[in-house]
Amino acid sequence: MSNEATLHSHDVHTHHGEHGHEHHDHGHHEHKQHFLTKYVFSMDHKIISRQFLITGIFWAIAGGLMSVFFRLQLGFPESTFAVLEKFLGEWARGGKMDPEMYYGLVTIHGTVLVFFVLTGGLSGTFSNLLIPLQIGARDMASPFLNMLSYWFFAVASVIMFSSLFVNTGPASGGWTTYPPLSALKEASMGSGIGMDLWLVSMALFIVSSLLGGLNYIVTILNMRTKGMSMTRMPLTIWAFLFTAVLGVLSFPVLLSAAVLLLMDRHAGTSFYLSEVYIAGKALPNVGGSAILYQHLFWFLGHPEVYIIMLPAMGMASEILSCHSRKPIFGYMAMILSLIGITVLAFLVWAHHMFVTGMSPFLGGVFVLLTLLIAIPSAVKVFNWLTTIWRGNIRFTVPMMFALGFVSLFISGGLTGLFLGNSALDIHLHDTYFVIAHFHIVMGISAFFGMFAGIYHWFPKMYGRFMNNTMGYIHFFITFIGSYVIFWPMHYEGVAGMPRRYYDYSSWESFKQFAELNQMISVAAIIVFFAQLLFVFNYFVSIWKGKKVTDPNPWKANSLEWTTPINAGHGNWEGEIPEVHRWAYDYKDDGNGNDFIPQTVPLRDGEEAH
Amino acid sequence: MSGLLLVLLVALIFVVLYQVSRSSELVASIQGEENFDRKRNKLLGFSMLILFVALMVGIFACHRYMMPLMAPEAASDHGKDVDFMFIVTLSVTGLVFFITQTLLFWFAYKYQRDENRKAMFFSHSNKLEMIWTTIPAVAMAVLVAIGLKAWFKMTGDAPKGAMQIEMVGKQFNWISRYPGPDGVLGKRYFTNINDKDNVLGQDWADKANLDDIVLQNGELRLIKDKPVELIIGSRDVIHDVGLSHFRLKMDAVPGITTRIWFTPTITTSEMKKITGNENFVYEVSCDQMCGKGHYSMRAIVVVETEAEHKAWLAKQQSYYVQNHPEAAPAAAPAAAPADSAAGKKLTMN
Repeated sequence: MSNEATLHSHDVHTHHGEHGHEHHDHGHHEHKQHFLTKYVFSMDHKIISRQFLITGIFWAIAGGLMSVFFRLQLGFPESTFAVLEKFLGEWARGGKMDPEMYYGLVTIHGTVLVFFVLTGGLSGTFSNLLIPLQIGARDMASPFLNMLSYWFFAVASVIMFSSLFVNTGPASGGWTTYPPLSALKEASMGSGIGMDLWLVSMALFIVSSLLGGLNYIVTILNMRTKGMSMTRMPLTIWAFLFTAVLGVLSFPVLLSAAVLLLMDRHAGTSFYLSEVYIAGKALPNVGGSAILYQHLFWFLGHPEVYIIMLPAMGMASEILSCHSRKPIFGYMAMILSLIGITVLAFLVWAHHMFVTGMSPFLGGVFVLLTLLIAIPSAVKVFNWLTTIWRGNIRFTVPMMFALGFVSLFISGGLTGLFLGNSALDIHLHDTYFVIAHFHIVMGISAFFGMFAGIYHWFPKMYGRFMNNTMGYIHFFITFIGSYVIFWPMHYEGVAGMPRRYYDYSSWESFKQFAELNQMISVAAIIVFFAQLLFVFNYFVSIWKGKKVTDPNPWKANSLEWTTPINAGHGNWEGEIPEVHRWAYDYKDDGNGNDFIPQTVPLRDGEEAH
Repeated sequence: MSGLLLVLLVALIFVVLYQVSRSSELVASIQGEENFDRKRNKLLGFSMLILFVALMVGIFACHRYMMPLMAPEAASDHGKDVDFMFIVTLSVTGLVFFITQTLLFWFAYKYQRDENRKAMFFSHSNKLEMIWTTIPAVAMAVLVAIGLKAWFKMTGDAPKGAMQIEMVGKQFNWISRYPGPDGVLGKRYFTNINDKDNVLGQDWADKANLDDIVLQNGELRLIKDKPVELIIGSRDVIHDVGLSHFRLKMDAVPGITTRIWFTPTITTSEMKKITGNENFVYEVSCDQMCGKGHYSMRAIVVVETEAEHKAWLAKQQSYYVQNHPEAAPAAAPAAAPADSAAGKKLTMN
């Protein structure tokens, strides 16, 4: 909004030059940088964004592979698989997975996919890549903190990975790690040192997110280029701004939950423990409440899913608009709905706790707030549909994923209305209905937003295109396969089939789903291989992809496409361009083009949007 | 197939796909980028219709396959409310689903790139925003109203005269406790627990405990059309009493007592006839992650007539008597203490 702030951004830049640890020379070619400071401990936001992405890809493969393994157990509970023993060793003797390891795999799968891939790999990548480029800044407000935010993530990753190899196994109480299960090593092998490593890793990850989030907020508010008022920013930036706000306000609460849990585990405290008899002993802890942890966890846990969703929504808006050659419909309404979602995200956490025995009145309040949050989400869907209506659509790979994103968001979002209504949740809680819901809306839909972003901005990241044919194959297999995997799970959930079960064969009420579970496992394996195809495409294209010859290959309006094809440190050679219009002028410019970039001044007689 | 062979096969497939993709790029440069893009765009536009049809066909096929596998009708009166709410929510969300998915794929197909047509510059409409904010808001209000009505009924106090049964979870089985002839569940505290002769930590100084019946397999024996209130607890970690046929569940939290009440309406034998399954049995499933035996915490629920229940009760020995045979009364299984039920409130923990 304030142009003073954007004018001020130039002053901020000169300050940067004075700090000893900064390395950029505005507009001059760089002095020789050591490999370590240029690529490893880089303070350039573009390199940091790729570091986040590649780490995220690593975890996506690891977490996806874990899901293939536990789906082998779920789909074929009578069979043994040599591959399990190869990867899991003693935990899958004779090719049969130990239940303790099954629970370890589902726990780490959830943890790494939610936090490391869809938060670190999604916000970390795209906030870093796009914020300076789209608002017209040379880099983040603090490139040093930015570098730290990646390295905290990297160290957190190493610790989480190491937890897979400890003697007693990784944390195994589900990604939600509720105490007393997670507090007592007597309750589960995974609650031994694996749990401590999980908690330390998460604490470091939280630090990484906080450092990143603060940087993003400060940069967006203070470092926009001349003419880039808040309401001229692309929706991606608005989304990243609110995502960062969500993170900064809610991650510290998870940190407190983790610290209290560490204390209950090692310092004899009773925050979460009361009246426990385990392993032949009555524990001395009295007075605590296991439900306290759930409040603290979900106070982050719920905003977390919006931290995942908002960047995907912002990117989908951008990509749908650009590839339909139409402005995003209802720009202001989209911003307002982002605000609505952000505010409400903090007020609905206890809908994860309806069956904990909480006060029914309190439960009722959370039902109301939860169903309220459906409204801004619905508004966004309608705006996306209207964006493509009467457009002129190019079915590029990013566009396919953006369209798929909308379809999956509709499917996954609507089932939230069942779960948000407590009287229904009392039946559906902890069943496969929940698994279907969050996988479709977050695991798949948000992932599609992420894929759309990767395919769309790959040319900006590497100066090359990803291969289209492999991209289309990736899209079709993943889109169809994901529906095949998760749609039938709604039915299993309505039948009451519980989640987090190692084996259903001895249950009269649930054993009839054996054939279906088999089919789902087969589909999961196929979809996993399609993701490997994507990873193959990604890495091969970095070196062998078709070279970008036009700095604005998608004919988009936003500022990132005004930098040189392989933009160096400082992004723009010479002055940062000035902005004269919003980011969605997809209309005739009088010169045969159907778009007008933000940097083009208003023509005589043209009204600002 | 050996692991190495599998990896090689996958690598080979990827290389083949890569070459196919590269050759398609060559085709593009031969045909001319524009021409290739136009053809491919038309094909992909058409694929939008195919995907939509596939989605709809898939949904209906899935429905046809799944319906025979679903749970039978709800076996409790609260359960019937849940099923009704489900249908209402499904109708509302289903309508929205079909409309929005249709529009999405139809628009994608219809508005595919066409050189003879320009995209319409239509950036906003406050009127539309008002309409599609208000309609969902009204729909949500309706769902909330129906939902909360059912919710407060379910979580309200159990009716007077409801049967009370305690259900305690531990790694990895359920323990159920019946109040016995005095109709009162005696006090218990976790420091009294020992797995030899006091699995629930009952305080034997409290006379109300002496006639309590404890089933270490967690079996629930309920009477058709008689409300029952479950008093739920846990010895170690969080568990959850999952009653899918009755459409409800409630967490079992150590240090906290939770409750849920309902009225079972269909006996086990009636349900056997309804489902045509001689092996039908109501099951309790643990519905909160509790450790490596989480998937095996199974208990049986028997819904029977009042007469059958009385007959069963008559055959039970109280837990105290089982472990202290010297206390067994001469004839009847459990003696009712003189100062029994009258006016005594339920005492626990």
